Amino acid sequence: MSEKKTNRRDFLFTATYAVGAVGVGATIWPMIDQMNPDASVKALASTEVDVSTVTPGKTITVLWRGKPVFIRRRTQDEIAEARLVKLEDLKHPEKDEDRAKDPEWLVMLGVCTHLGCVPLDQKGDYNGWFCPCHGSHYDISGRIRKGPAPTNMEIPKYEFVNSNTIKIG
Amino acid sequence: MSDHEYTPKSKFGKWFNDRLPLLTLANHLTDYPTPKNLNYWWTFGGILTFCLITQIVTGLVLAMHYIAHADMAFDSVEHIMRDVNYGWLIRYIHANGASMFFLAVYIHIFRSLFYGSYKAPREIIWIIGIIIYLLMMAAAFMGYVLPWGQMSFWGATVITNLFSAIPLVGEGIVTWLWGGYSVDNPTLTRFFTLHYLIPFLILGLVVLHIWALHIPGNNNPVGIDIKKPSKDTVPFHPYIVIKDGFALLMFMIVFAFFVFYTPNILGHADNYIEADPLVTPAHIVPEWYLLPFYAILRSVPDKLLGVVAMLSAIFILAALPWLDTSKIRSAVFRPLYRQFYWILVADVLILGYVGAMPAEGLYLLVARIATAYYFLHFLVILPVLGFKERTLPLPLSITEPVLGGSPNLAAAKKKVSLNS
Repeated sequence: MSEKKTNRRDFLFTATYAVGAVGVGATIWPMIDQMNPDASVKALASTEVDVSTVTPGKTITVLWRGKPVFIRRRTQDEIAEARLVKLEDLKHPEKDEDRAKDPEWLVMLGVCTHLGCVPLDQKGDYNGWFCPCHGSHYDISGRIRKGPAPTNMEIPKYEFVNSNTIKIG
Repeated sequence: MSDHEYTPKSKFGKWFNDRLPLLTLANHLTDYPTPKNLNYWWTFGGILTFCLITQIVTGLVLAMHYIAHADMAFDSVEHIMRDVNYGWLIRYIHANGASMFFLAVYIHIFRSLFYGSYKAPREIIWIIGIIIYLLMMAAAFMGYVLPWGQMSFWGATVITNLFSAIPLVGEGIVTWLWGGYSVDNPTLTRFFTLHYLIPFLILGLVVLHIWALHIPGNNNPVGIDIKKPSKDTVPFHPYIVIKDGFALLMFMIVFAFFVFYTPNILGHADNYIEADPLVTPAHIVPEWYLLPFYAILRSVPDKLLGVVAMLSAIFILAALPWLDTSKIRSAVFRPLYRQFYWILVADVLILGYVGAMPAEGLYLLVARIATAYYFLHFLVILPVLGFKERTLPLPLSITEPVLGGSPNLAAAKKKVSLNS
């Protein structure tokens, strides 16, 4: 058998497959993308919270984008405890200073980074949060200390609009 | 498929059958030669078909009254329970029907494991069965989300979050599955759609499952190849139809017991509390039929590896025809495999038990040992056993063990002595 030469027909086949593949892809993509968050869901991207009633040692939970956000006003003891932890003791090393810009206020997503349950306040071996689903322990800075969760609880984008109001998102 | 030619008796039948051979198919199904030694463990195929039809019919009726919306789903289920005529009955049949379906499928799967029904030439039947089992788990999970109770919501959250363990794209996939940043209304509506679709996919696969079965024919408790049709077979109708029918009646008594006497015992009280995205129930557990896999997930202290272990535990079953190296199908003739089989059964039951318990202390230790053993069974014991085990002599036919002392037995013994 002689070596097969590329001819016009081979070119046409390749071109047809290529155009066909693009066409199929362009048809399938809208079917897939329609499942992503829609415009109305994205529109609820930020929320403002009045924190004037939160006294030291108290946590409030607010809903942001369908998820709970913990806002804890920490006591001086708790701040000291969080800042004393050595980074090498942490599974996901983060300084407390980086997690709580204003040390008194800890604002974080109240979602366990394992499988998304809401951890319980002031429970667990590290005086922070404890997730009842699969036993992850977090410290008073929301950092993972023990259990299956891979990372610390997430800090969302937030800012103080004034001394009594936090804007999340 | 049928070896013999079939001609309908009536003129119209012949006219119709020439154009669409439905009568040939019906004839094949009634005459289908079946091993005459099938025991009651073989009746669960028919029982499972009944379960599927029951779920489709009751589900269709429930969908007429259910409202797939985060604000209304919980109330619409209560509306079904309290207001709709016989709504309580239909919903309890559907909810307990899922459990009955899994009960039957586990017996069906363990029947195959004992009698080696997954071995050549039945690998495709087995793999289709595993796909059906996976779809059943998906349908059951999504169905459990629909009442929008606390367990629905947090079960959905935990299971969809399993995908977040995938490196790089995990978070994107979870957001895509949710259609938002948490489990919410878009999640509910798509789960309802898929929950409605999957049973029909299963129905199609069941047709393929039975089609693939009818090529080699049924395995049997002795596990030897038989000629068909022959003295070793009986026609499906009426012999197997009657036997399946009797077993189905017994099964329906158990089914009815749950529906009428303890309709909520297999569910969780927390699911009668409406979904609250701010509060996770203190003790989240999946439905009983998923507990062994849940135990495997929790026994691994790493998120990604836990998910990998759980999925492997299911997918490893698809490789079973090649992991089991023994040529002998039935455990009746495999004295060592028979013991390991029962250890595996105990292992899976233990996994199910610790899956329902908190993941700490002794429970966690037991879960880890049982998880390790589960994989040991499939990855080490089965492949090695095929080479090491001294199996018992196989009879030459199904009839032979019944007619002990027949010339056949002597022949069998002679065959063994020739081999050794």
